[in-house]
Amino acid sequence: MFGLSNMEMEAIQLSLRVALWGVAWSLPLAVSVAWLLARGRFPGKILLDGLVHLPLVLPPVAVGYVLLVMFGRHGAIGAWLFDEFNIEIAFTWRGAAIAAAVMAFPLMVRAIRLSLETVDRKLESAARTLGAGPVDVFLSITLPLIVPGIITGVILAFARSLGEFGATITFVSNIPGQTRTLPLAIYTLIQAPGGEETAMRLVLISVAVALAALAVSEILARRTTARLEA
Amino acid sequence: MTPPLLQLDVSHTISGFSLDISVQNAATGITALFGRSGSGKTSLINLIAGLSRPDRGRIALGDLVLFDSERGIDLPPEQRRIGYVFQEGRLFPHLNIRGNLSYGMKRRGENGQLASFDHVVGLLDLEYLLNRHPSSLSGGEKQRVAIGRALLSNPELLLLDEPLASLDAAHKNEILPFLERLRGDPGIPIIYVSHNMEEIVRLADVMVLISEGRVLANGNVEDLLSRLDLRPLTGRFEAGSVIAATLVGHEKEFGLSRLSFAGGELLAPMVDLPLGTPLRVRIRARDVTLTTRKPSQMGAQNIYHGAIIQMEADTGSRAEVLLDIGVPLWARLSAKSAQELKLAVGMRAYAMIKSVAIDGHSLGRQRVIGGASSE
Repeated sequence: MFGLSNMEMEAIQLSLRVALWGVAWSLPLAVSVAWLLARGRFPGKILLDGLVHLPLVLPPVAVGYVLLVMFGRHGAIGAWLFDEFNIEIAFTWRGAAIAAAVMAFPLMVRAIRLSLETVDRKLESAARTLGAGPVDVFLSITLPLIVPGIITGVILAFARSLGEFGATITFVSNIPGQTRTLPLAIYTLIQAPGGEETAMRLVLISVAVALAALAVSEILARRTTARLEA
Repeated sequence: MTPPLLQLDVSHTISGFSLDISVQNAATGITALFGRSGSGKTSLINLIAGLSRPDRGRIALGDLVLFDSERGIDLPPEQRRIGYVFQEGRLFPHLNIRGNLSYGMKRRGENGQLASFDHVVGLLDLEYLLNRHPSSLSGGEKQRVAIGRALLSNPELLLLDEPLASLDAAHKNEILPFLERLRGDPGIPIIYVSHNMEEIVRLADVMVLISEGRVLANGNVEDLLSRLDLRPLTGRFEAGSVIAATLVGHEKEFGLSRLSFAGGELLAPMVDLPLGTPLRVRIRARDVTLTTRKPSQMGAQNIYHGAIIQMEADTGSRAEVLLDIGVPLWARLSAKSAQELKLAVGMRAYAMIKSVAIDGHSLGRQRVIGGASSE
């Protein structure tokens, strides 16, 4: 398709799959964490805040190494997943998705949290007087009101996931068809003689994918904000 | 059927302000909760609605205990069946008007015929708004939707927190007739929070006066407004008297209506209501003139004779005189005229009220107490 080689198609498809799964799995967790940080009052809140933001400030290689220690075949979580469910994380595309999700997590949480903090709590108490319990209020009032923030968070996280390199290569290595996403493919091509031309094509494809994602988010965000604006 | 009793006995302290309220009223008709801003009106209805929790006390509506610190009862707002119309409307921006109106209805079920969706939409004239979003509504329209939404949540008591405060005069007049309709239809008891005496006279039957977190008085609107000791609170807005009257006749050729009250008859601009309707008339002190000799033909039909009960000369250039003409009537005149007329307590004088001074805003429909009962 479009004169792309198998290796290029593979890298694009893998990148999209890794980014989509990474975002999909981390979204519910990000909403919960954002809610805790925006609304919760509990000891250790600052610690949780710091923990969530760690991937933003740590070298990606360090994050990758921590993931390897935890999710590797002999790591605490990795061994359990393999023994109980026969799921292998290290050196598979699932590991790549986890690396992408962890690296993008702070961005997603931040966007959703900001949005949650602007929700008018008075609307929630109005809903309570109309017969809605706390969970009902969250689902019918709060969640719809933070949709713009969720969209922003998802797109930021998606874009960050597409570009993830350091943590991925450290955690799950550079295996064609399993963990060689676009950035890793570009890196590999540049390392080999004569790969510059293909590398440039992949760079341009990356640019196109990123721009498309941003455009979609902009359209969605505008549509929902216009509807919500009073 | 006897109306349920709303029992309030609560203490609550928020950031230095203490609220200490003890009051028991039949939940029926419109009860005004009157007080200046900062007197604790909104805090009090938040306690009733369950949006904040009192430090101690008891709140009950009929047999249902909403809060009891001793027995450890604190029903969450969603279980209290108390509708709340907020000052700012608080419509849900992500739902259209139909969605807003049915939000509470979906969760609590429709309440018979009188508070059915179609009936409330008709009552508040909301049909043309149903598919629109809150952002495109005017302030008055938003408040009507907020009232409808609360009515449709099948409440046993409706709290209205200064629903007109954020509206300009034109929009207020747009809403007032709807509020008047709520009194008898669908007949849900209402607590109406306001610091505007004009609205209260027009709408409410009973008034609870609160100041600095305490109940100062509780009773019929007319009674409280004629009480002298409450004047510093009730009268500063616009001094006047409130008189209970009955519509007894019309003089169509002059566009006037005849009202009968304890002091005689009063001519007012045409009131388009059936004869026999009980009314509440507010007469501003500045629209009442006093003389010591019986006036002849002076263009004022409404002339009454009575003794001066009290005089006040608080503002220097003006004097306010309370005359007993069968009901207490306040008159305001300049301090100079008062002196020239040699007015004094105990003296008899004539009071004249201009018919045109009584406008639609000063007439409130009075609830017939016990009259409709079939016992």
